[in-house]
Amino acid sequence: MKIRTLEQLLVLERELRAVHDHKPCVRVCGGTGCRARGSEDVLARFQELLEQKGLRGSIELKFTGCHGLCERGPLVSIAPSEVFYQSVEADDVAAIVGETLEHDRVIERLLASDPVTGARVRREQELPFYRRQHRIVLRLNGVIDPLDIREYLAFGGYQALAKTLERSTPEEVIEIIERSGLRGRGGAGFPTGKKWRLARAAKGTIKYVICNGDEGDPGAFMDRSLLEGNPHSVLEGMIIGAYAVGATRGIIYVREEYPLAVRTLRVALEQAREYGFLGETIFGSPFSFDIEIVRGAGAFVAGEETALIAAVEGRVSEPRQRPPYPVERGVWGCPTVINNVETWANVPLIIEHGPDWFASLGTATSKGTKIFSLVGKIRNTGLVEIPMGMTVRELVEEIGGGPPPSREIKAVQIGGPSGGCLPKDLFDLPIDYESLGEAGAMMGSGGLIVMDDRTCMVDVARYFMDFLRDESCGKCLPCREGTNRMYELLTRICEGRATESDLDLLEELAQVVKETSLCGLGQTASNPVLTTLRYFRSEYEAHVREHRCPARVCKALIRYVIMADRCTGCLACLSPCPSQAITGQLKQPHVIDQNRCLKCGLCLEVCQFGAVEVV
Amino acid sequence: MTRLFINGIETEVPEGTSVLEAAQSLGAEIPTLCSYPGLSAYGACRLCVVEVGDPRSGPTKLVSACTYPVQEGLRVRTHSPRVERARKMLIELLLSICPSSKRIQDLAAEYQVERVRFPVRDERCILCGLCVRMCAEQMMARAIGFAHRGYRRKVTTPFDLRSEVCRLCGGCLYVCPVCELRCQGPEAPDPICGSCQAPTCLSAREDLSGAWEVTGGDSVRIKAPREAGKRSAGGVP
Repeated sequence: MKIRTLEQLLVLERELRAVHDHKPCVRVCGGTGCRARGSEDVLARFQELLEQKGLRGSIELKFTGCHGLCERGPLVSIAPSEVFYQSVEADDVAAIVGETLEHDRVIERLLASDPVTGARVRREQELPFYRRQHRIVLRLNGVIDPLDIREYLAFGGYQALAKTLERSTPEEVIEIIERSGLRGRGGAGFPTGKKWRLARAAKGTIKYVICNGDEGDPGAFMDRSLLEGNPHSVLEGMIIGAYAVGATRGIIYVREEYPLAVRTLRVALEQAREYGFLGETIFGSPFSFDIEIVRGAGAFVAGEETALIAAVEGRVSEPRQRPPYPVERGVWGCPTVINNVETWANVPLIIEHGPDWFASLGTATSKGTKIFSLVGKIRNTGLVEIPMGMTVRELVEEIGGGPPPSREIKAVQIGGPSGGCLPKDLFDLPIDYESLGEAGAMMGSGGLIVMDDRTCMVDVARYFMDFLRDESCGKCLPCREGTNRMYELLTRICEGRATESDLDLLEELAQVVKETSLCGLGQTASNPVLTTLRYFRSEYEAHVREHRCPARVCKALIRYVIMADRCTGCLACLSPCPSQAITGQLKQPHVIDQNRCLKCGLCLEVCQFGAVEVV
Repeated sequence: MTRLFINGIETEVPEGTSVLEAAQSLGAEIPTLCSYPGLSAYGACRLCVVEVGDPRSGPTKLVSACTYPVQEGLRVRTHSPRVERARKMLIELLLSICPSSKRIQDLAAEYQVERVRFPVRDERCILCGLCVRMCAEQMMARAIGFAHRGYRRKVTTPFDLRSEVCRLCGGCLYVCPVCELRCQGPEAPDPICGSCQAPTCLSAREDLSGAWEVTGGDSVRIKAPREAGKRSAGGVP
């Protein structure tokens, strides 16, 4: 069925909504995190039981995108009572069907608990994790079934597109986006409206819009979750963008490592074509546009826009000098607008609610919200969306729930390998493009890794440098050789073999790599080193001067010893030791042979008496 | 024509000229290793970085002159302290991977790089890509290219096999900035050749063994090709 007018769309929405609002519904999270924890089994069990009890007709069962609280998956929410269950296993399903669905009784043990009061919480919204968020882009993630376009339509989907095509000229759309203050969510924060205006003005009969879904930061999954959970919001944004810049072809560049996202997108594209939102004469207007999927072959550097263009054209993804910018010369030499997944998903919202609404969110220069994937040494890991300008502290302590018991948060790494580490005393920094940039970090695409007192910052810098020297394309000297040499220097420091002059050399080299590299990867590759040197210099100095790792992480600088006065001689640590380095008799203090010890830390984990210490 | 300022000197060059060409036309000496007349600009060695922008009106940045197109009113400084500092570090990095290259040693002398603070790894290749571009753009062969990425990157033939399309023209050797002598093959190892028997090495083809001889100095003379037996398509001059 092709939809030709806004009127038709509104009628359809009313019809779909009527069903939606009145039918009880079970939503099982089908995000990658929850799937890994067995949500597919949970879904299958629900299907089976509902079938058995003859409830399939009266209760809707949906496999949705990511709910956000990945830490406690698999997640199940039930409408209309809004009961929110966490860590649901297939064996719990019978109880949920029997108690909650049939008798409206809540199962206490499956409810989430408030980390502060400890009280069981019935509804999602009552959890501080959700309460402090501002979910606009993610509002339908976890609510709708991403494989069914009618779900998106029931919540006003594609109406922004219909309104745009019926009422606005391309220039007006660009003006709306400019007035909203939307900036690129991929990292650098270039004003989206300005980019579109440049592309509209660029000469060329064929123009492209591209969705950059090459999310490669370690520990980041914002774009993936969005593509998996609500693909149509991204498509709708792209279609509106294409209309604004005059593009006829669209490309979604998505990582091959995201098979679920690729599958969801395929289905979404097919359904959008079926309804006439893609293809010839969309909504009866002269505007024609279609989108194809290009799967990335797994290079971090392909997220850089010129390298992405090379990859789309079938070449090795290596960046080139800008200018010319892609808005002038992009894919196959045609003007091309490349925006991040999250940026595109913001577009329909801005059209629907108006630029002033969007501009009222956030700070003076950074508008709207930002999605972060919150990971690391924190209680609530998951996908969060916050208004720009929220402080790091609020994000980490209130939404994230603070550190695990008896730990202390030391720093956050924000913006992935291109970002930087911010220490605890900067946690009152508002999260916006400028503040983060001044502190030496960057917004990046939205990865946020929390580190506690058992994290060595030199080791962290070394980890990211290892990632980057591997992911550098190797085209330009400072990035290829610079990251490799920085990695060597950091390894020397971690092994206690470095001198004071190595620290100066590291800093000098980091600065040159930042200044002279060809593309964004190299230009930001030094950030982890520069920020850790800036905020955690004492840790570096401890490694160099005292040959000591304050966090007791760097293996070359630590030793595991058994305290004879505390060791009860229980033999528990003997068998786990992979190198048979521990010797001892029952009820006699054990001893670790330092020559054989691999420093794996297993003895520390199994000791019940705190007799193993790291010195 | 585009008007720009190089080291304070106003100049006009045709649109589409690179900053490097514009600077060279004024006689400014900018060191380069990956740029060569007749080959496309690549921007890999970064030695030609120059400072662009006006410090009075905002932050300046370093860009590679060979790939940066001139812009109206652009202000360029080719030897500012910031540029020199960056070049010195780049030369130090180059020396650490190619210590025996005379060209790099000369650059080091010119920029007073007197020590290498990194552990030296003699790789005899700076991955400037001149050979790859020479092969593709002038010899139309595309026999060699880059493989792998990051610190594992290297120049080689597809799958490291002897190339069927390589005509043994020697163009790659001719443009190489770090091997000053023409390759003499494994029969005459010297500090630069190292008898590597790379996939494009002249002597690596059995069917050509004995087809060439070293005439002394830095040249290789190819004997009458027909004596050498069967040859691959393309042939040796």
